[in-house]
Parts: sequence; C-alpha cells; structure tokens
Amino acid sequence: MSTTETSQKVHDEPQLKFLDKPIEADATTDIIYMMCPMHLLTIEDQVKEIETGQILSILTDYDGALEDIPEWCLKTGNEFIGIFEDDDHYKFFIKKIKES
Amino acid sequence: MKKIYMDHVATNPLHPEVLDAMLPFFKENYGNPLSLYEPGIKAREAIEHARESTASLINAKAKEIIFTSSGAESNNFALKGIASAHQNKGKHIIVSRVEHHSILNSARFLEKQGFAVTYLPVDNYGRVNPADVEKAVNDETILISIIHASSEIGTIQPIADIGKIAHEKGIVFHTDSVAATGNIPVDVKALNVDLMTFAAHQFYGPKGAAALYVREGSRIVPLIYGGIQEGGRRAGTENVPAIVGMGKAAEITIRDLQKRIDHVLPKRDSMISTGLSVDKVILTGHPEQRLPGHASFVVEYIEGEAMLMMLAVKGIYSASGSACSSKALKSSPVLISIGVPVHLAQGSVVFTIGESTTDEDITYFNETFPQIITRLREISPYSKGWEGTEDATCTAKK
Repeated sequence: MSTTETSQKVHDEPQLKFLDKPIEADATTDIIYMMCPMHLLTIEDQVKEIETGQILSILTDYDGALEDIPEWCLKTGNEFIGIFEDDDHYKFFIKKIKES
Repeated sequence: MKKIYMDHVATNPLHPEVLDAMLPFFKENYGNPLSLYEPGIKAREAIEHARESTASLINAKAKEIIFTSSGAESNNFALKGIASAHQNKGKHIIVSRVEHHSILNSARFLEKQGFAVTYLPVDNYGRVNPADVEKAVNDETILISIIHASSEIGTIQPIADIGKIAHEKGIVFHTDSVAATGNIPVDVKALNVDLMTFAAHQFYGPKGAAALYVREGSRIVPLIYGGIQEGGRRAGTENVPAIVGMGKAAEITIRDLQKRIDHVLPKRDSMISTGLSVDKVILTGHPEQRLPGHASFVVEYIEGEAMLMMLAVKGIYSASGSACSSKALKSSPVLISIGVPVHLAQGSVVFTIGESTTDEDITYFNETFPQIITRLREISPYSKGWEGTEDATCTAKK
C-alpha cells in the first residue's frame, strides 16, 4: 500500500480525538441521561443554531456517541475537534464548517 | 332529586371547548406525531401548540414541559429521575408528611435503593415551616419535594419561601402542584421551583394528560426509555387527543381563572360558615391559605363513610379525604399529621366546588349538611352522652 493510499484511508475514517482539557465553546447542549438517537438529533438541531466557524459542545454520557458523533461530522463536513472525558460524561466539541 | 357534584378535587368534567378541540384527533387527525407525512405533521404541530399553551399557564418555556400520563407519573419521574441524576452528589431527600402517595411511595422506594429521606412535620393547619426545611438540609441533600396544595385539607404551602432556601443551598426543588394549578395563579419563576407536577383534569381538561415542568438546564434520568418523544425524556407514542385537550384547557384557564376564583370563593366561605355553625365540627386545613373552592371538615361522633353515603342519598357527591385512605379504610396520614386524633380522623369530609356550582346548590348544601350530621348523631353509638362534656373524645359511652 502506498503512502498516498494510507493517508486517504485515514482521512475517510472518523477518528476519536481526546483532549487534555475542555475548550471554550460558543454553545453548549447538555443531553446527559438521554439515549440514542437523541445525540444525533440534538447535534443536527444545535448546529443549525450556530454560525459557521463557531464551536458547539455536546455533553453526553451515551457511549454510542463516541462512534456516532465523529461519523456524523465526517458525513456532514463539519469539523470534529475532539472529546474531553469528564468524571461521568463526555464533552464533544464540533466546529461548524458549513450549513447542512 | 338534585345532583350536586362537590368533589372537584377528585376530577372535573371536561370543558365543552376542550372536547371540541380533542375530537378531530380521535377522528381524521389520527397520525403518529413522528410520521413525516401530513397526518403526522398535523399531530406534531398540535402537540407543540399544546406545549406552548401549557407552558404559558405556569409562566414556563415550551421546552420545559414534558407531557406525561398523570400526576402520579410526573411525581414518580421527578423523584426517581432527580435522585438518579444527582446521586453522585448525595443521597438525601426531603419531603413533607402531607404529600400525595405518589410522592410518599416513591420516597419509600428510594429508601430501599439506599437513599435517606426526611419526612418533615407540619403545623396544625398542615403547613410546612420553611425553617424546618432549612434545618433538615445536610451536605448530602439533593432534592426537596413539597406539595403545593393539599387535596385533602386545601392548605397552600409557602412554596416560594421553601424554593428560596433550596436555591440558596443549591438543592433541586420540586412541587406537586396537581391540586393547585388551575385553581390558583401559578408562576414557576415566582415559586422558585425547578420541577413541578400538574394535571389537566384539575382544570377541566381530560384525564390521562399531565405534565412535569423541568427548568431548562436541569438534568433528569427518564422514567421510560424508548423513542425520541418529549425530547427523549419520556418515550412512548403520545396521547395526542389528551395532550391537545390539556393545551386547550390551559388556554381556557388562563382566560377564566380569576372568574372561577371569584365564583367559588364566597360559596366556599358560606359552606365553611355552615359547617362551623354545627357543634363539634372542625375545619381542617388553613382558614385563609387554602384553595378557593375547598371546604373540609372533621365531624366528631360520626363515621365519614356513613356521612358520604347520606350526602349521596341527598344528591351531594363529596369525599372523605384521599381516595387511597378511603378505599383502605385507613386514617388519613394528612389528618394524623395535622394532629387530628385517629378516632376523629374517621369523621373527615371534603367538599370541593367548581365553575358549575350555583348559589342554589350552596343553599341546598347549607340546609342539608347540618341535617345529616344531626340525623347521624342521633343514631351513632359514639354520640350518646357527649353533649355537655368539655373534652373532645368520642370514646363510646355505655
């Protein structure tokens, strides 16, 4: 496999990125204790509410979000900045790149 | 024979405008609110309109309303949901001794799950002293739940004062407002509550429709998991006609509440005067801080169920207290908590009136109630020889 092919493969798969500390977000939505598919519905709704270039933070304790949110970012062309793992929940950070 | 319904705290008839609003959602507008085609969209829009109206009734935002099936469900949801969500902070809960069984039994359930519960005493009027709430708080306290108004004795609690204490200490505060919302003005912001239970059938809406107000930003663990209804916080296909009915009933209540209060208040005062004009009849609950359509008494030397039956024979439908206590023939915990001796608690009777109650109904009541007391005392084995005694015991005299 060539270097080019490897890079392409990495780019196409959602990557879990963990942050050492939380970053400042322009909007925060708390959906702790909500189950699937509330994380995906909430992301769709909340991303519409912010401007391109702004950062949305989603607070959730739903493990499935670890797979789904990076995947959603890849599909919609928004930037998945990373995850901060708090005591009992995750904080996801997403930068809005374009109107979905 | 006259038939006079004086049990409005048990439930109310459906307002005709509410029925009209509901009917299309039993018939042509039968869609599932989650469906993406027209009937579903109509149902969804109707629910969201009802949510706006229901929120307006209590000065909340639409997104702060979760529709449920009953006050009991909302109370279970509030206690169990907040306890689960905050158990990492502490495991102590405060309730009063005069709560509805849906609060008391949820609290007992949580005790079995390892939570500690303080059951606060009340004064002789059934009021919780806010200072007692403050004293009961400890580092583990995560939730305080105090009933807004008692269906049994009509007493209205100092909810805003208790809410202020809860918020100063960073504790979540819930009130069960089933008996109050729709009968007195209710503003969740002025009351300092984080969660509030209320039910549509208390303000001429349908049974099977209720709500839990959850202040924006509050975390709560759902009682029912499943679909995405109610923002994922209460799964299950919505009872669309009932929710529509609740919304319509809320709109009518916003319009008519003051008129309803002005209608029942002088009638209630007349009933209380009549009751207290009879020897050894005691008003239960607070004389002023009470629901406007609520008159409740303990009648000494008479067994409450006999009184209810005699009243029903005369066409007056009333209650002896909480339905649970009545069915189980147990002394009401509320009456015991306000210091009514066990033997007197059996003589409890509760009259609650509403917008259909007329002056003629009150005149009939004022004539009939004292006659029934007199008649029952004539045949009561407990009453023999009590006249002229100073003590209020009703031990059988042989």
